[in-house]
Amino acid sequence: MAIQVNSIRSEFPILHQEVNGNPLIYFDNAATTQKPKVVLDAIQNYYEVDNSNIHRGAHTLADRATRQFEETRESIRAFIGARESAEIIFTRGTTESINLVAKTFGSTFIQKGDEIIISTLEHHSNIVPWQMLCEQNGAILRVIPITDAGELVWEEFEKFLSPKTKLVSVVHASNALGTINPVKRMIDAAHAVGAKVLLDGAQSTSHLDVDVQALDCDFLTFSAHKLYGPTGLGVLYGKRELLEAMPPFLGGGEMIREVTFEKTTYNTIPFKFEAGTPSIAEVIAFKPALDFITSTGKANIHRHEHDLLQYAVELLQDVKGVIPVGTAAEKIAVFSFNIQSMHPFDVGQLLDAKGIAVRTGHHCTQPLMRRLGIEGTVRASFAVYNSRAEVEVFAQAVTKIASLKNK
Amino acid sequence: MSTIADIQNEIVAEFEILGEDRESTIFYIMELGGNLEPFPEDFRKEEYIIQGCQSKVWLVAEEKEGKVHYRADSNTDITKGLISLLIRVLNHRSPKEILEANLDFIPRIGMGNILGSQRSNGLAAMMNQMKRYALAFQTKQNA
Repeated sequence: MAIQVNSIRSEFPILHQEVNGNPLIYFDNAATTQKPKVVLDAIQNYYEVDNSNIHRGAHTLADRATRQFEETRESIRAFIGARESAEIIFTRGTTESINLVAKTFGSTFIQKGDEIIISTLEHHSNIVPWQMLCEQNGAILRVIPITDAGELVWEEFEKFLSPKTKLVSVVHASNALGTINPVKRMIDAAHAVGAKVLLDGAQSTSHLDVDVQALDCDFLTFSAHKLYGPTGLGVLYGKRELLEAMPPFLGGGEMIREVTFEKTTYNTIPFKFEAGTPSIAEVIAFKPALDFITSTGKANIHRHEHDLLQYAVELLQDVKGVIPVGTAAEKIAVFSFNIQSMHPFDVGQLLDAKGIAVRTGHHCTQPLMRRLGIEGTVRASFAVYNSRAEVEVFAQAVTKIASLKNK
Repeated sequence: MSTIADIQNEIVAEFEILGEDRESTIFYIMELGGNLEPFPEDFRKEEYIIQGCQSKVWLVAEEKEGKVHYRADSNTDITKGLISLLIRVLNHRSPKEILEANLDFIPRIGMGNILGSQRSNGLAAMMNQMKRYALAFQTKQNA
């Protein structure tokens, strides 16, 4: 089914504005997506009608808030195909989810001399927690190299795999280049040597079908705000047996069963990992975001975004001075590029003058940029509410900017 | 020689001609970067990079006959244009003049609006570093 862009756009109030005298063209969706009205309404409704702290409340408001909160957990379970909702942990974001695994699974099950494999494509949030762990316990970090097109070198990955490998923590789709990694194959290969796999789904979950049982990944992390949901909310999926074996992350309320000053016993999953009052409004408002994606259809969204990406490539690939960065065969809708003899920051600022929002810089992937021999890129990333007409305006603006230094 | 205030007024008048069009204003700033004198390669080092700018900015200053001579460079064209404006206002003046200068042309041309907060913070960092050089030369003169 084709996406009806105009009808979808009408659900996103923020898109209907002018920026610097031009209609806003929002192509910074890999950083965060905009929110449909149903999400905004849910936040407002929560505070106007149901605001109450969840769990253990003996009153009606607490019960309503708790029920809605837990309904979102169930929606997420269905969204990623998990066995049970207890395997869904709420965090503040992908970064916290990965840190949680590093601090609990990592510090318990990874020892001196063990190996953790990541890739050159990783975001800093899937590099630094493992570096910190390795510094602490003497484990070794292995980094899968990439080709110039931005694809992982499979043979090198295979060479790293050994009984010493305890964890493969890899991005599903690269935020900087868009590359979709062959994660099913990677998971199977990692499991064959007894390693667990964490999938960083920050970029993939909004574009691709991510089914944790079909993939058989051990952990999956993602952030609500990249799936048309609120900021400040992340998800950690983990297999029950792993979550149960892991020690708690933060100590405090909610995560305990019984506290005496001598000893505390911990709550069951998922609550063991949810110390303190969570982002209740955000969790509740995430459900309509997931419903929006499901009712629009992941396959439809992916097809639409992919069409926009192909259109952008088609319009810009032969423009003098435009250098696409990241040309993997399998990509999410991320168009990263540079303009010959220009700094990405300047290009971004000139596009902003035309009302076009893109991201510029290293995209929190400095090691990747170093590997590619560049300082950064300009990144246009597409979402369901973007149109071919917007891609045309963008391509015209880029063509004009490129002509400044590339006569 | 025109005063610091005169030159700032000139710059404000030039930007007024450009009007509200953001794109042509940015193009103009980028062109201004071409006015910078070539930056001596010996100074293209970490220690001359100004902290607090998202793009790289190198700045060196020398004192010649009681006046401060600035040279600077950047890896982005917009930033080069911005430094060229600061240098145009402050170059070849005494440390005292530089330290006492009320640099108001930046808000007057609405730079924060045109370039956003990141660039404006960078611009403030450049200005501070230029004043710091002036202060060091003044201290030396008074010693």
